[in-house]
Amino acid sequence: MSAKTITADAPVRFYDLDEHAHPEGHSTMLGFWIYLMSDCLIFAILFACYAVLGGSYAAGPSPKDLFDLKLIALNTAMLLFSSITYGFAVLQMQRGKVKGVQIWLAITGLFGLAFLGIELYEFHHLIEIGAGPQRSAFLSSFFTLVGTHGLHVTFGIVWLVTLMVQLSKRGLIAANKRRVMCLSMFWHFLDVVWIGVFTFVYLMGVLR
Amino acid sequence: MSHDPHAAHGHHEIEMPHASMRDYVIGFVLSVILTAIPFWLVMTMPLSPGVTGAVIMGFAVVQIVVHMVFFLHMTPKAEGGWSLTSLVFTIIVVVIMLAGSLWVMHHLNTNMMPMPHEPTSQVTGQVP
Repeated sequence: MSAKTITADAPVRFYDLDEHAHPEGHSTMLGFWIYLMSDCLIFAILFACYAVLGGSYAAGPSPKDLFDLKLIALNTAMLLFSSITYGFAVLQMQRGKVKGVQIWLAITGLFGLAFLGIELYEFHHLIEIGAGPQRSAFLSSFFTLVGTHGLHVTFGIVWLVTLMVQLSKRGLIAANKRRVMCLSMFWHFLDVVWIGVFTFVYLMGVLR
Repeated sequence: MSHDPHAAHGHHEIEMPHASMRDYVIGFVLSVILTAIPFWLVMTMPLSPGVTGAVIMGFAVVQIVVHMVFFLHMTPKAEGGWSLTSLVFTIIVVVIMLAGSLWVMHHLNTNMMPMPHEPTSQVTGQVP
């Protein structure tokens, strides 16, 4: 702080006037990261719920009877591909190519839709054979955990489409770059949660 | 690492993590390996179930770290260390919550008094 000579005209101020500038959105990335951490807590609660209730079959089907690991492997591949294609979108953004960003975002969205389609097919199949969320505590917690992840992916796709419209209208302005980076964090975070889901729910479930 | 030709320092550019093709490719290849091995282990079962469980849990932890470093560009210096601080805090809360829930509920299950399935005890709510 710089010492100022107090004169009769200048009002006396007891606070720091020499604060550095805060450009618009300077704390968005950190704020978004903290949001993701709170989202992480939601998933942790649902994982804990599944860990506690996952063995309560109520004389119904167990994970071994229900889960098709080939389908889950395909689903995992979809999400992993969508992660790297989003990475390519970020790289195109760093080179300032709005067209490239749009193309890679569209491909990411298609992989996301494929993931959702496979998941909905699995859910539909389970409900059809009578293994719906109301069958047992295991299936209730399973549908809640995996469904919440699927809902996150759905909203991620809605955001992705919105971002593509914003990019086509305004191009790569600073605000749009920030949005691309935030969605990048969101998208990769969902992939991190999916690692927990396929390991803990599907692979451990079949082992159990 | 390619440098951004548009990195203008004239106006206030927001600090963003710099991604590189190398990072994404390394992260992707490691993720594919770390995903394929657990699936293969569970689908063909060359090991005992206990060992397989421990190994796939280990692979999941490593893959989460890989995603954090190569896809989320997590470094100790990101955002002046605040990203890592909040991450460490979250991990501590998550570990307490998961371990605590499992611990408490396990004891509840094992120490639960056996309840007879007669309708009378349900109505009166008395433990015989």
